Amino acid sequence: MSTTQPLFQHHKHCDEIFADAEEACAKGNWSAGEKAFAEFAGQLETHFLSEEEVLFPAFESATGMTSGPTEVMRGEHRQMRDLLAQMKVSLDNRDDDGFSGNAETLLIMMQQHNMKEENILYPMCDNALGGSDVGTSIASRLAGS
Amino acid sequence: MHPNLSFEQAPPISVPYRFLLAAPWFGVLAGILLAWVGGDVLGSRWTPEALALVHLIAVGFMLQAMSGAMFQFIPVAVGGNVSRPLLVANVVQPLLLVAALLLVAGFLFGAPALLSAAVPLFLVGVGVFAVVVLLALWRTPATGMTIWTMRLALAGLVVTVLLGSLLAEALARGLALPLIPLTNIHLAWGLGAWALMLVAAVSYFVVPMFQLTHPYPLWFARGFGPFLMLLVLIWSGLWLREDTSLAQASGVLLATACAAFGGITLWLQYTRRRKIDDATSLNFRVAMIALLVFAVSAALMAVQPQWAEDPRATVWLGMLAFPGVFVSTISGMTYKITPFLNWLHLQRLGAPIAAVPNMKKMIPAEAMTGQFRLHVLALGLLLAAVWLPALTRPAGLAFAVSCAWLGVNVIRALQNYRRFRDQIRASVLHH
Repeated sequence: MSTTQPLFQHHKHCDEIFADAEEACAKGNWSAGEKAFAEFAGQLETHFLSEEEVLFPAFESATGMTSGPTEVMRGEHRQMRDLLAQMKVSLDNRDDDGFSGNAETLLIMMQQHNMKEENILYPMCDNALGGSDVGTSIASRLAGS
Repeated sequence: MHPNLSFEQAPPISVPYRFLLAAPWFGVLAGILLAWVGGDVLGSRWTPEALALVHLIAVGFMLQAMSGAMFQFIPVAVGGNVSRPLLVANVVQPLLLVAALLLVAGFLFGAPALLSAAVPLFLVGVGVFAVVVLLALWRTPATGMTIWTMRLALAGLVVTVLLGSLLAEALARGLALPLIPLTNIHLAWGLGAWALMLVAAVSYFVVPMFQLTHPYPLWFARGFGPFLMLLVLIWSGLWLREDTSLAQASGVLLATACAAFGGITLWLQYTRRRKIDDATSLNFRVAMIALLVFAVSAALMAVQPQWAEDPRATVWLGMLAFPGVFVSTISGMTYKITPFLNWLHLQRLGAPIAAVPNMKKMIPAEAMTGQFRLHVLALGLLLAAVWLPALTRPAGLAFAVSCAWLGVNVIRALQNYRRFRDQIRASVLHH
């Protein structure tokens, strides 16, 4: 298993619960939507923190690249957290247009972000961190969430 | 060089927009032409009107939209740096616009001088575009089948334009060239190696992304592009040798490859995780159904040549491919690209995300789905008009109105961008 394999798989898991939350709210099933959204927001936050607290620092110290791709990814995490907060406001207000619009925006943002990580950053991390225990530490964080 | 994951080299918003704004109006012209001429204009692919129509869609609607989308897609999606995008767009777009109009006028009025005049403009316009985009695709740090398939598509575009230029000169100067085989080769490169190849490259990326489908199977994403290219090469070689029966047999293989792409895309959509439909997913579905019907029709004509004897049979294939597959796909993509473009540029203005209107505020959903329904009606009428000439005028009219509606929706997206931008700038200044 490569270092970033658990994160790669976790992207798919987050996609699935995103779709559940979006579908429930689109059908006006707000209580199921709230539950799925809380699960999604929690999983996404765990994912972001695993990268920000474990993967990125390890990559930065192994390569000396502190202001490169990891900084860009941190910035995108901030944007996605803001979009999540917007979704939460729409959900609390039972505003289905607002929720679906913010969900659509987050989805595209999140998918683009994932593609960049999966196609560029994760392979770089796998190269720099092969043989370290970073992958195991990330896997246990994600499993414990 | 470290890869720049910010993809900040996304071009100024005016670069993709100018192409997406222009494209639908070529569809409007095609619809008006059809409604104007009416009658049996769809009785054969060789009438001046039919040649003008097909090129209004191919080098007007499709080439404008596809090149504009590539300017945006390559930096944002695959991290390629298109150098000097504003300058390139300033050069390429006017050349392609004028070239398309000259070519169409040349066909319509039987004017050799206009055909000849279009050729250098296409060669320079597409040449500059292809060089700049290929360089960007070669230098990107990203990997994956989208990029490889896009490189193949670019090669397909270049060969299509070279063959088209040769054909235009042959018509203009009365050169003794085998026009029918060359036209069939030109078509396979344009529809297969360029347009379908690009749709496949983009689909590998956007179908899983927009609808949370499974990815395309790796064997398919790896094999489809090279296999399609190989088949187009074989088809070309056989037509050059004027080996009609073997060429038709290779046509069956080409049709099968198209069907495989259409079938797999529909299957991925059917098993998607995101169950919500929008104008993009619906347009994609119509496009893939049209591709399947195209493939079945083409295969049947290859094995039962007497069915292909009716000149309308080829026009039927053309209707399925141009308005059916490609106008649908492009409309669907436009409805994702423009809202995302707006959002991407608005959120860079420095306001908090809460102050940036979300993607669904850019074009009203009803306007997109309403236009989609009209497009499906127009497509149905166009397909019926191939066999029932009395329907040609209503079909042309419906297609013109549908394309105009698409054009208005893009204009509305741009107006909303400007309105939101001014609001955000004003609020940033206040704080």
